[in-house]
Amino acid sequence: MIKFSEEKLNKVKEVMARYPEGKQKSALIPVLHMAQDEFGGWLDTPVMDYVAELLNILPIEVYEVATFYTMFNMKPVGKHLLEVCRTGPCMVNGCDDIIDHIKQKLGISEGETTPDGLFTLKPAECLGACGYAPMMQLGKTYREHLTKEKVDKLIDELRAQAKN
Amino acid sequence: MGVKLLLEHDKVEGIRYYDTYRKNGGYRAAEKALKMSPADIVEEVKKSGLRGRGGAGFPTGLKWSFLAKPEGVPRHLVCNADESEPGTFKDRYLMEFHPHLFIEGLLISSFALGSNTTYVYIRGEYAWIPDILEQAIDEAKNNGWLGKNIQGTGFDCEIYVHRGAGAYICGEETALIESLEGKRGNPRMKPPFPAIQGVWMRPTVVNNVETLAAVVPIINLGGDEYAKIGVGKSTGTKLMSACGNINKPGVYEIDMTISVEEFIYSDEYCGGIRNGKKLKACIPGGSSVPILPANLLLKTAKGETRLMNYESMSDGGFVSGSMIGSGGFEVLDEDQCIVKHTMTLARFYNHESCGQCSPCREGTGWMYKILKNLEYGKGKMSDIDLLWDIQRKIEGNTICPLGDAAAWPVAAAIRHFRDEFEWHVLNPDESQKRNYGLAHYADPIHVAASA
Repeated sequence: MIKFSEEKLNKVKEVMARYPEGKQKSALIPVLHMAQDEFGGWLDTPVMDYVAELLNILPIEVYEVATFYTMFNMKPVGKHLLEVCRTGPCMVNGCDDIIDHIKQKLGISEGETTPDGLFTLKPAECLGACGYAPMMQLGKTYREHLTKEKVDKLIDELRAQAKN
Repeated sequence: MGVKLLLEHDKVEGIRYYDTYRKNGGYRAAEKALKMSPADIVEEVKKSGLRGRGGAGFPTGLKWSFLAKPEGVPRHLVCNADESEPGTFKDRYLMEFHPHLFIEGLLISSFALGSNTTYVYIRGEYAWIPDILEQAIDEAKNNGWLGKNIQGTGFDCEIYVHRGAGAYICGEETALIESLEGKRGNPRMKPPFPAIQGVWMRPTVVNNVETLAAVVPIINLGGDEYAKIGVGKSTGTKLMSACGNINKPGVYEIDMTISVEEFIYSDEYCGGIRNGKKLKACIPGGSSVPILPANLLLKTAKGETRLMNYESMSDGGFVSGSMIGSGGFEVLDEDQCIVKHTMTLARFYNHESCGQCSPCREGTGWMYKILKNLEYGKGKMSDIDLLWDIQRKIEGNTICPLGDAAAWPVAAAIRHFRDEFEWHVLNPDESQKRNYGLAHYADPIHVAASA
């Protein structure tokens, strides 16, 4: 059953109240973020339909927005999405080596998910951390000044976490 | 040490929190501004000569004066915190470490423009920053700086943080407005301009984070005093986010009188090129502005020392100059490949094109494909001319400036580094093993003697 908790529903109402009367559609992107976090890390059609219902807009209005923005996942992703930046400033600081290292360590290519469902590797375009390159986005955080050793440590930690 | 207006208290522990910020002179400008008339605040900003710090450099006071004020229609200030221009990470720094300076600027600007509900549109990837801002907003509210009847003036103001979801195009103000309305980030045709019909068709001003923060020192000092800092039409200070192959990447506040050479090599700023390498090239104002080889970066084509300001950086136009843009300063050393670097930028713009205008939607894809062939040793000599032709057909032929932003880096790379592109075509195997190197890009430029 796709339904926010009472607490989350109150948060949706609070977000909707930030915009003028009748302009509740403005809450769409914030609510889609909440829905993606809540319902498995991606936006399945029933999830988008639920959001449409909450905001009293047509499902197509949700689909066209969800498919436009990079941060909304249109298919399932691993528990941890490793988004490694590869634009100019990260490139000149060795992001290619970091991406290759992750591919090798996890045995997956770009865009793929590990068989255990734990990791998805996704190359990203500039994330605004150019002075702290190379870097990746992991959930709500940035991991910066990456080295192969740091990546190993991170992956090992996340694997250990999953076992507990 | 140059003048510091925005990062004056950068080293003060706890400046992120209200009490410390207040003790260090915070909200003094707000106190002063709330006793002024909104029109007088706009006048001070005009006098200051402040230019939009997001990249375009449009005079802020003038932009504010365009705002329509029809009776009974609410108007809005919207802050553009969608910082996504490759090389740029200064707004993030201000919001993360100086949230109260930012909020004070938002409050003063909201008061000046008559915005009772102000929105901060922040890029979705900066996912931890809304929490920092919302905490600071709560603190400001608890101390009577936001909410109803602020400091007894009768002025009400709420600030809401609105997260985007990963689209560079939403840094374009009309795309940002569409996105704030819960739509795809497709830029609008202008006119009508946002100042007349912006968000929800209401009069709207969209300003960059740094621009709004700069309103605080402008009110504290007065517009005339602020305008005395800097040189010519480059008044006040500018935040530069320095990155690439330098010893000290980071965010630096400069007054716009220092030379590019000082910025790159002095220990106060970038601290020189990493590993003792030589400077090859630089993109001085975010990935959209023309890349310059070392020789044209440090000196203009006339042989004058190039300075870190709007006028000097653009001296020579696009033939031999660039732009200060967003302040995203990326330095490339002698080991970097211009073809590959340009390819990553072409891929970026191709990924970020909203798809509305065919020259941009199709052209950015073709530029990326051709650059990829050149980079991987599969290019032809005619590809270089084809690239030039495509970028020319994109520039100026799209609704919004993303088309230009995608065309300029390719044009400048070919203009200044054509022989590196040709070397890739002539040496497909070797180019896979090594880079072209510094070549002649740092050689002194021959300056024609004036008659």
